[in-house]
Amino acid sequence: MKYVDVEKIKKDFPILNVKPHGKKLIYLDNAATTQKPIEVIKAMDKYYEELNANVYRSPHYLSALSTQAYEEARERVKKFINAKREESIIFTRNTTESINFIAYTWGMKYINEGDEIILTIAEHHSNMLPWQMVAEAKKARLKYVHLDENFRLSMKDFKEKMSDKVKLVAVQHMSNVLGIINPVEEITHIAHKYGAKVLIDGAQSVPHMLIDVQKIGCDFFAFSGHKMLGPMGIGVLYIKEDLLSDVPPFLRGGEMIDEVFEDRATFAPPPLKFEAGTPNVKGACVLVSAIDYIEKIGLSNIHNHEGELLEYGLQKMKELDFVKLYGPKDAKERGGLISFNVEGVHPHDVATILDEEGIAVRSGHHCCLPLMRYLGVPATVRASFYLYNDFDDIDALVEGLKKVRKWFK
Amino acid sequence: MSDLNQLYSEVIMEHYENSPHEKELKDATHKERGYNPLCGDNITLYLKMNGDIIEDASFTGHGCAISQASTSMMIDLIKGKDKKEALRLVQKFIDMIHKKDVNLDELGDAQVLQGVSDFPARVKCALLAWKTLQEIL
Ligand SMILES: Cc1ncc(COP(=O)(O)O)c(C=O)c1O
Repeated sequence: MKYVDVEKIKKDFPILNVKPHGKKLIYLDNAATTQKPIEVIKAMDKYYEELNANVYRSPHYLSALSTQAYEEARERVKKFINAKREESIIFTRNTTESINFIAYTWGMKYINEGDEIILTIAEHHSNMLPWQMVAEAKKARLKYVHLDENFRLSMKDFKEKMSDKVKLVAVQHMSNVLGIINPVEEITHIAHKYGAKVLIDGAQSVPHMLIDVQKIGCDFFAFSGHKMLGPMGIGVLYIKEDLLSDVPPFLRGGEMIDEVFEDRATFAPPPLKFEAGTPNVKGACVLVSAIDYIEKIGLSNIHNHEGELLEYGLQKMKELDFVKLYGPKDAKERGGLISFNVEGVHPHDVATILDEEGIAVRSGHHCCLPLMRYLGVPATVRASFYLYNDFDDIDALVEGLKKVRKWFK
Repeated sequence: MSDLNQLYSEVIMEHYENSPHEKELKDATHKERGYNPLCGDNITLYLKMNGDIIEDASFTGHGCAISQASTSMMIDLIKGKDKKEALRLVQKFIDMIHKKDVNLDELGDAQVLQGVSDFPARVKCALLAWKTLQEIL
């Protein structure tokens, strides 16, 4: 493996020693959640052993430490996605919460009757249901951009659907089913010409490629810590600096106020205005350890490594004449995951037989039912890669699929 | 691979691949859809009731081998039975899948699905048709 030292990396992930059904664990479900390196696992204990106190409130030593660590985490995330200002980084639970945040606040305030919201047919339910809610409440219309014959987002269709009526374009950066990486910079540029705002679902892109929100130019960007070596329960919402005052608070309560009277309140400046209640300080601090680890290996190395795995995987899987692949045929502008079906075998049966070999994959609709309908399949199997996977893992998958074929002739 | 041998036994595969019950029942008196949103298993169960007796039954839909075979086996078992007896057998099957000690002989082919109880992720697949039948009756 030329970009990363997989042998060494594997040793950093204790969970890879688990032996499912007595077999070596081949973890290929990274698009669902990734495993955690020992540094990240240790950072969880470290927070509660050395730093724990509530943030912003109390004038004591520990509170100063935890507040400082929390603010450093914000600063770190700001740099990680190259945001302009720290106030633009809001900690949430996950991508889903970040998107709902914008739907309930900015969406409910600025999207009105007759307006249009553009999504893509490949969106995860997390970037679809919140907009259905807004559309229903405000009598707005949802429009879906379709794919071209090679499973890529049709920019032609997108351009045709854009108009002055569109108030928001909400699109995933990378598909968790097809692996396509959408040209979000170009999409943002076009949307802005019509005065529409742009939200990017970065759940699948942030863990695997360098992100520069200023270069993309988007207004909102959402991602989850747990898909990038971090803990569950911490996510990020980025709001572009010029929108920080337009977006109303989401939850209300402690920590987010300026002044409170019996009948009304004024709010603290961002980011505090957006973070009511005691935040997930530990999650934010541990996320920093995950970012440290990723940056130590290097995001471009990780991206190139996954590119190699993808190319190898696509080639090997194409040789299996009983396997049908979904997604663009070439590895270019595709992330490191492969969705497929075994002819005549339901994805759950495939996944169960692979599991017996120690191979962890996901089967199902991947929270993308409209996409499944669009592709004309009830479900698919998905193998998704990360920095600790290697060619042997893919060979194991291919052997596993041959076993599936033996069971279901 | 012994566990898999249980899960994908010949009997199960036979029901999955060549079920005589997989068709629409034109003169059905009851029709109910069973759906498992987590995995997308989707069946429609048809019953032709004559009073309390299940005279005929069939199913359509798609899903994994376990859900399809389980549906087919259930229909084998309940055809010709009355409502009360069918419900008793359904409960028995559910108990078996939940690893309760039951007399399996009464369950016919469906007893081979006992192996599913060792695959927690697949329990829902096995139960889909039986729960749907409970709904109808
Ligand atoms: C493209 C995409 N969007 C959103 C999500 C939701 O992420 P989370 O469950 O962390 O909120 C996922 C994860 O499954 C995803 O793949």
